[in-house]
Amino acid sequence: MQYLSIMADFTVFLEKLNHVFIEKDRYKQMLIGLLNTFKITAGALVVGVIIGVIIAAVRTSYDKNKESMALNKGFGYYALSIINSFCKFYLTIIRGTPVVVQLMICYFIIFANARDGIPVAIFAFGINSGAYVAEIFRAGIMSIDNGQFEAGRSLGFNYLQTMKSIIIPQMFKAVLPTLCNEFIALLKETSVAGYVGVVDITKAGNTIAGRTYNYFIPLLTVALIYLIMVMILTKLVGRLERRLRKSDR
Amino acid sequence: MTDNVLIRVNDLKKHYNGGAVKALDGIDCEIKKGEVVVIIGPSGSGKSTLLRSLNLLEIPTSGQIYFEGTDITAKKVNINAHRQKMGMVFQHFNLFPNMTVLKNMTLAPVKLLGKQKAEAKEKALELLKRVGLEDRADAYPSQLSGGQKQRVAIVRSLAMNPDVILFDEPTSALDPEMVGEVLDVMKELAEDGMTMVVVTHEMGFAREVGDRVIFMDDGKILEEGTPEQIFGNPQNPRLKDFLSKVL
Repeated sequence: MQYLSIMADFTVFLEKLNHVFIEKDRYKQMLIGLLNTFKITAGALVVGVIIGVIIAAVRTSYDKNKESMALNKGFGYYALSIINSFCKFYLTIIRGTPVVVQLMICYFIIFANARDGIPVAIFAFGINSGAYVAEIFRAGIMSIDNGQFEAGRSLGFNYLQTMKSIIIPQMFKAVLPTLCNEFIALLKETSVAGYVGVVDITKAGNTIAGRTYNYFIPLLTVALIYLIMVMILTKLVGRLERRLRKSDR
Repeated sequence: MTDNVLIRVNDLKKHYNGGAVKALDGIDCEIKKGEVVVIIGPSGSGKSTLLRSLNLLEIPTSGQIYFEGTDITAKKVNINAHRQKMGMVFQHFNLFPNMTVLKNMTLAPVKLLGKQKAEAKEKALELLKRVGLEDRADAYPSQLSGGQKQRVAIVRSLAMNPDVILFDEPTSALDPEMVGEVLDVMKELAEDGMTMVVVTHEMGFAREVGDRVIFMDDGKILEEGTPEQIFGNPQNPRLKDFLSKVL
């Protein structure tokens, strides 16, 4: 009621904290929510990176090899063009529709029988993130000077070996800040998981707010938790970046 | 003498835009073991395209390239195995910037030739010593000068024990005072009997080190011969014109 008194009267604030989090062990909901947010983000991250690597590999191999493969017009050429078109289709659909809608389609239509929303959420967010990660990786590979590729090939490395030993390590260094950006976005996007009945940290905060008629404390706590997670992630990536930048002196 | 031929090029063509642009327009030539062949010509004449076709970095439109008796333009040929024996040195060095000099040199021998790390390292250090860079083994490419980078690039290709090294304008990206140190290394290599194909604008090098000089223009070989013939007594009017501009 008297929100200013929160600042003014510390005991009132403590009482409210007690009411919001401690009574009926409501903090446990927050912990469960936090754990679920972690699960979904980490799972989607793994799925997204795997999809991203595969799609970026297909798209760049197609772009780099289509000229030479078109001369022979062998089976590989047609197979690669078909897979490439499929990847483009996937990117268009995923990037063209909101993640909440994709999540709900996954939960209520594709996996309509699913009882647990978490695996569905991991799947949906992973598929979504994969499209963005794919483009990040593709941009990274394209940004590496073609001379690096030619140097690898001229030493006798085949296409995949050149990618693995020479291009990917350089690409990874180049895309790390953008990739970190995508992971941050993913972490925050999982806050819509509540739409399919998953108790993530946002949903937990919102539920507590509804039960206690106190929105201020739960929602600000939720915001603070996201902020701290993002700051930790940024710090970790920054440290990794510095380590990889050893060769730039 | 045919068993002495390392590379034979047969009616090689490279067309762009369905034949509108003819970068290579029917090239025939031979490179013998131990020979230093220098390719000269105005820019856009197709000399780099020819060189890059020799290890199929450029895919020719038609024609054959025989390397050590095998037609490497044939579909079933494993080009990677042949490329291991054809070193290449680029205008822009193309060292791997995220690896030390030593790693640049040992990566391919370890991964492709299955050498032990210690053995590859020993060989790399020996090669670096030859070009006076043994103290830079742990440096990253960004810490080297242009001339040093190109010397590393040369020994990187040497680490694979190639049968021929292709040089694509190796001194064109260098500051003038660094050209000499790279040419000296190349001269030494030539004296050691390495087969070399060199695309260059360094006429002094062509005259002094080349066994044979090829003059190209418009995707064709217009004249070839010993340096004495090419520089002393050129026949083709385009060659005469070219030499009057560059000498």
